[in-house]
Amino acid sequence: MTLKETVNQTDLAAPSPHQEALGLTPGQAALKRARHHLGLQLGLGMLLVMGVFALLAPWLAPHDPYLQNLSLRLLPPAWVDGGQWHYVLGTDHLGRDYLSRIIYGARISMMIGLGAATIGALIGVTLGIIAGYFGGWLDQAVNFLVTCQLAVPSLLLIMTLVFVIGQSITVVIFVIGATHWVFYLVVTRAATLRIRELDFVAAAGAMGASKWQIAVKEILPNLVNQIMVIFTLEVAVAILNEATLSFLGLGVPSPIPSWGLMIAEGKTAMFFQPWLVILPGIALFVLVIAINLLGDGVRDVTVTNRRS
Amino acid sequence: MSTESLLEIRDLSVTLPTDSSALRAVRGVSLDLRRGETLGIVGESGSGKSMTALALMNLLPPAARRQAAAIRFGDDDLAAMGEKDLAGRVRGRRIGMIFQEPMTSLNPVYTIGRQLIETMTIHGGTSVAAARRRAIELLEKVGLPDPASRLKQYPHEMSGGQRQRVMIAMALMNEPELLIADEPTTALDVTIQAQILHLLSELQRELGMAMILITHDLGVVSRAADRIAVMYAGDIVETGTTEAVLSAPRHPYTQGLLECVPGYREASARRLGSIPGIVPSMTGEIRGCAFAARCPRAVPRCHQEDPPRRPVAAGQSDGAARSFVCHDPEETRGRGFAGGDTATGPAIRRGGDSVLRVDDASCTFSVRRGLFGKRKPLRALDRVSLDIRKGEVLALVGESGCGKTTLTRTIMGLQTPDAGTVTLAGRPLGEQPARQRARLIQPIFQDPYSSLNPRQTIGDLIRRPLVINRLGDAREQRARVHRMMDYVGLPSRVFNSFPDQLSGGQRQRAAIARALILDPEIVICDEPTSALDVSVQAQILNLLLDLRDELDLTYLFVTHDLSVVRHLADRVAVMYLGEIVECGPGEQVLNRPKHPYTRALLDSALSIEPSLGVPAPDLAGDFPNPMNRPSGCPFHPRCPLADQRCRQRVPATETLDGTLVKCWKADTPPPSGPLDVRPDHNNKEDAAP
Repeated sequence: MTLKETVNQTDLAAPSPHQEALGLTPGQAALKRARHHLGLQLGLGMLLVMGVFALLAPWLAPHDPYLQNLSLRLLPPAWVDGGQWHYVLGTDHLGRDYLSRIIYGARISMMIGLGAATIGALIGVTLGIIAGYFGGWLDQAVNFLVTCQLAVPSLLLIMTLVFVIGQSITVVIFVIGATHWVFYLVVTRAATLRIRELDFVAAAGAMGASKWQIAVKEILPNLVNQIMVIFTLEVAVAILNEATLSFLGLGVPSPIPSWGLMIAEGKTAMFFQPWLVILPGIALFVLVIAINLLGDGVRDVTVTNRRS
Repeated sequence: MSTESLLEIRDLSVTLPTDSSALRAVRGVSLDLRRGETLGIVGESGSGKSMTALALMNLLPPAARRQAAAIRFGDDDLAAMGEKDLAGRVRGRRIGMIFQEPMTSLNPVYTIGRQLIETMTIHGGTSVAAARRRAIELLEKVGLPDPASRLKQYPHEMSGGQRQRVMIAMALMNEPELLIADEPTTALDVTIQAQILHLLSELQRELGMAMILITHDLGVVSRAADRIAVMYAGDIVETGTTEAVLSAPRHPYTQGLLECVPGYREASARRLGSIPGIVPSMTGEIRGCAFAARCPRAVPRCHQEDPPRRPVAAGQSDGAARSFVCHDPEETRGRGFAGGDTATGPAIRRGGDSVLRVDDASCTFSVRRGLFGKRKPLRALDRVSLDIRKGEVLALVGESGCGKTTLTRTIMGLQTPDAGTVTLAGRPLGEQPARQRARLIQPIFQDPYSSLNPRQTIGDLIRRPLVINRLGDAREQRARVHRMMDYVGLPSRVFNSFPDQLSGGQRQRAAIARALILDPEIVICDEPTSALDVSVQAQILNLLLDLRDELDLTYLFVTHDLSVVRHLADRVAVMYLGEIVECGPGEQVLNRPKHPYTRALLDSALSIEPSLGVPAPDLAGDFPNPMNRPSGCPFHPRCPLADQRCRQRVPATETLDGTLVKCWKADTPPPSGPLDVRPDHNNKEDAAP
């Protein structure tokens, strides 16, 4: 990647006379590089398509995802023997159209994946910067929190929370997010410990910047790479976690389709009809790949650091 | 010195493939080295000097390609030798190597004894017991006391100087015929540098080794090398005896380098010469002389044709051929790299009103060893008093660990002293809000790679102090940034660049612009040039002096480089173990030092004097660990003048000829003539725990 950037920088010299004097602003340079970045475009494209499907599900889905047709249950996809083109991806164990369920499932799964990973990031990064930058008793307190979080089995905690608060999509998002911040914390805390010793932090202090200004404006931008990597991992983890919850009956309330729930339900019939697991699995895989490509791409086009 | 040739390199080239083209790190280098001789390879970073040495032993990075007509070493041709032979018979056996970083070149998980013994037994044919005997003998020789017990120590138990001594012993285990020392003293303090160089030259004489000394420091090479090869952009541009090359340089680059060194010309010159631009990266097709773009004497021919290598017919019978590569050697005496207005420098103003006072500031950290270890106090500052006057350059000198950084942090208000006060512009620093303090005092740091936030563009970086202090609207701020960039000589096209797209010198300029944009009274320069190449150092020093005159600044200049101090300081303060041991007018302190430590520092500083050797070190041992402060005068364990009184009682500060000194023996005249070389100095090295 590093070499690619070097090459790209040579053609950054913009023809516009005003910008020739200053060079491109970071935003313009990133856009320009994004135009040559296939991975970023691919990831963004895939995510956009999935987003459109999720938003326009009522119009794009060929059938009602809740409509059961028990006489046509466990149909294989159309291209397999015994399939019908009426149900392109077949039907599930209750005879519901699988394609429609996957399209509707995109809504729930993307919401849960992105939402929970974001909430986790907010908690973990905030605590990580506080622990790393301020140190002292704050650091010890945060570390104690981490130890507690790691000591209690997270599934047990989630189950308790959902049971106490009640069962809804919002609750699932918050509960999963609130139990998946340890990675963020560990990584940002370590990076902050390293960064706070660098001279530019001392320079900001000497300019009269407050501690919060330093934490937000000087340290946080340098953590973006690490945060992005963990974010892409956590999206997948959150979606699968929701599947586990749904499997236990604590996740998304039952008739609502979500990919995780579909995988969980499909498991019972997996040996007769593997497509029930494979198809939502593929959808999940594509979503995670898209987020990964996008994350890597954004990092590549925004980072200029050729050294690290 | 025997005249037998030991090493003969012909037409050595190293190419490193990059994505777009090949980087030609070394381009057709030819070198000769005789037995017992020291060859100094000098050059700035990126000139290919380390690559040349690594290519000798085929230790290049995996992708690099090496080509050579011949590398004759004794009777062998290293260019034709296979990897197995090279590893088994030459590397570490006939050619020893010392690296720059003593902290990282020893394996931290093995005892030094094991590492030393292994270098010998790994080649086979030596018993462990014999290797052990040899290790003890060599550790003794490199000046480590009680060598037998040292063998059981781990690298972290030793100080930097001691580790470098171990590295030297390790390189000597197999009695190599050639020792390659790659910047052996760059990471060490000046006093330790002198000790190590002295040790190297003594050992070399004793063992009859040849040595290749790679360094960027012309002072070091002038003292330690018999012959010099000056490298630029992968080629040797000038070579000859040290004396001849340094006293009458023929190539414009050699000349330029020398002009850049503070104190090489007259000490009175206000501006240093400087070489414009930076070392080019040698990718793609190279036409003409690689130096042409930076050369003030370049003629059209220089850009088109490769310059010929011209021997200088000095009629030297010993075959130490002197040659250089340049089209236009005759004009050597004409246009040079003069920094310009040497005469028009404004009168030096000194002794204005005091703008900043430090009174009896002390700073103690408590350090805990391990999780349950006892907390021990580390006194970083011990009742320091200092006074900075309007318009002056006050140099703060001392070795690493002496508390310089703590003092500057205290002055900037980033560290609150336990006792004592800092008064800035008539008011105690502690009472002033951070933003008000920021507008009076600004720092410039040593390492421009870590002092600029890699995620901010140069324009944003320089503007940041204005944003934090809410000065002016966005348009006004931008205008000020552009004006400032102009002042410090940054082209406006880097406005939207990130720091890593700039060269080291440009980054330091950006750091200077950021410090000056608030229009501060005092600028604290913390070793602002020690991370830069000599030619860039000169540019930055000139810039700092110009800016002082234009913007009416006061500098507190923290450095360990005494030639820089001599060049620009009005007053000098010398620090040792958290105390200021001597403070007074620059001339006074540098020419008639009162404190033995100042004297030792001055003796250890290596100015360019080809006729002089490396001075025998006068200072015993290493810088002590600040955790175990010696009793009495903290300097007494290393002091040649110390007696009973020094060991027991802390000296008070007294004034002698306008200089503040903290020493019982300050009025004792310095030992005349050559410094007393105390025969037992090696045995007193007991400083680090």
